[in-house]
Amino acid sequence: MSRVRVLVGTRKGAFVLNADGKRDQWDVSGPFFPGWEIYHVKGSPADPARLFASQTSGWFGQVIQRSDDGGATWAPVGNQFDYATEPGTHQWYDGTPHPWEFARVWHLEPAPGNPDTVYAGVEDAGLFRSADGGQSWAELPGLRTHKSGPDWAPGAGGMCLHTIILDPARPGRIFAAISAAGAFRSDDAGQTWQPVNRGLHSEGIPDEDAEVGHCVHRLAMHPSRPEVLYMQKHWDVMRSDDAGDSWHEVSGNLPTDFGFPIDVHAHEPDTIYVVPITSDSHHFPPEGKLRVYRSRTGGDDWEALTRGLPQEHCYVNVLRDAMAVDSLDECGVYFGTTGGQVYASADAGDTWAPIVRDLPAVLSVEVQTLS
Amino acid sequence: MIRVVLPAHLRTLARVNGEVELQVDGPATQRSVLDALEDRYPMLRGTIRDHHGGRRRAFIRFFACELDLSHEQPDAPLPHAVATGAEPYLVVGAMAGG
Repeated sequence: MSRVRVLVGTRKGAFVLNADGKRDQWDVSGPFFPGWEIYHVKGSPADPARLFASQTSGWFGQVIQRSDDGGATWAPVGNQFDYATEPGTHQWYDGTPHPWEFARVWHLEPAPGNPDTVYAGVEDAGLFRSADGGQSWAELPGLRTHKSGPDWAPGAGGMCLHTIILDPARPGRIFAAISAAGAFRSDDAGQTWQPVNRGLHSEGIPDEDAEVGHCVHRLAMHPSRPEVLYMQKHWDVMRSDDAGDSWHEVSGNLPTDFGFPIDVHAHEPDTIYVVPITSDSHHFPPEGKLRVYRSRTGGDDWEALTRGLPQEHCYVNVLRDAMAVDSLDECGVYFGTTGGQVYASADAGDTWAPIVRDLPAVLSVEVQTLS
Repeated sequence: MIRVVLPAHLRTLARVNGEVELQVDGPATQRSVLDALEDRYPMLRGTIRDHHGGRRRAFIRFFACELDLSHEQPDAPLPHAVATGAEPYLVVGAMAGG
């Protein structure tokens, strides 16, 4: 029987949540790396027993942990993230030049074909790759050294490369997103990059439709239709039908189009999920009601999913890497909150139940579907 | 034998309990002690000082014999009591919550 393994990164450690295909009884293990910030944990599609975790601390810096047994045991691997060329400057919050400095790994993206290959998106924005299971890391500097780099600026959380999507249909095509620079695409395995932000409009930057400078919060793609991308921008939910060459807004009837995560149903490329958040000054849901919104039309028409979610006095946030879907026949959807709840739906979002209620603030949620 | 006390998170990372005892060849300096520490426990590389040049991480302090050695030259001799193992060399995380 199939089962699922949910990988949760929190402000104070990692947790691994296991269930069978019914997804109603959960075994919770952790905290792993207690007391450390775990920005992201993700499993290798090529070897589901191999997991990578980004473990960080303001005191002690970056550690990368690897498990080869599905999260039961872990060992540190390489943590040296050196920019490949002389780091230049990007803009600071006040627009002045600021030196590029490595701070932490936000996102780990294991490659589909090889369990030893994994990509890392870091702050200050850069893309790294390991070909030896995380023991050593080399930057793909073409992104950081793009001619627009000196104009990039950090979002409130830092200038992070938080989204990496490896196109399953077109080897060598990679999408990356950076707050607050925007979305970028490479068609040559990360050697060269182009901004793909046409159609985005952002208040708060001097030129609202500039080539770069947009605070993209998250990108999502369905593997069966890789030319279609969905984006939760700081404000606005966006869609591209041409691999990022152009974008149009699909916020439609959402109560607010500010938010962080966006994800796609495992079997329905037009079914997408977001969690509307009141605003960038109120990082909590509107009206104190935690609602996932689902569109079955690839955007514009949205329905609120509320069954099992708190509908009063709820003031948590859901961060950009904290939503995931499994690929069981009835698609499961998962998300974690800054209040420490991890919610699961085993029926594509119709009903929800908490797996755990009292973890530290959740930074990331990933799920593996295991046979 | 030089005794080194690590903060709790680094003891966990290095999988050690209590003090670490190190044999240091040559003069006992902060650099030679930290080099020996990282040779024995490679997972600590980058967590106390950076991977290049040995610059101390901003929230790390070095104490010994009731002295703050954080801003001493890395190649300056450590106090005799540290070099002989009478007193430990303390790697300390800055006192701050979070």
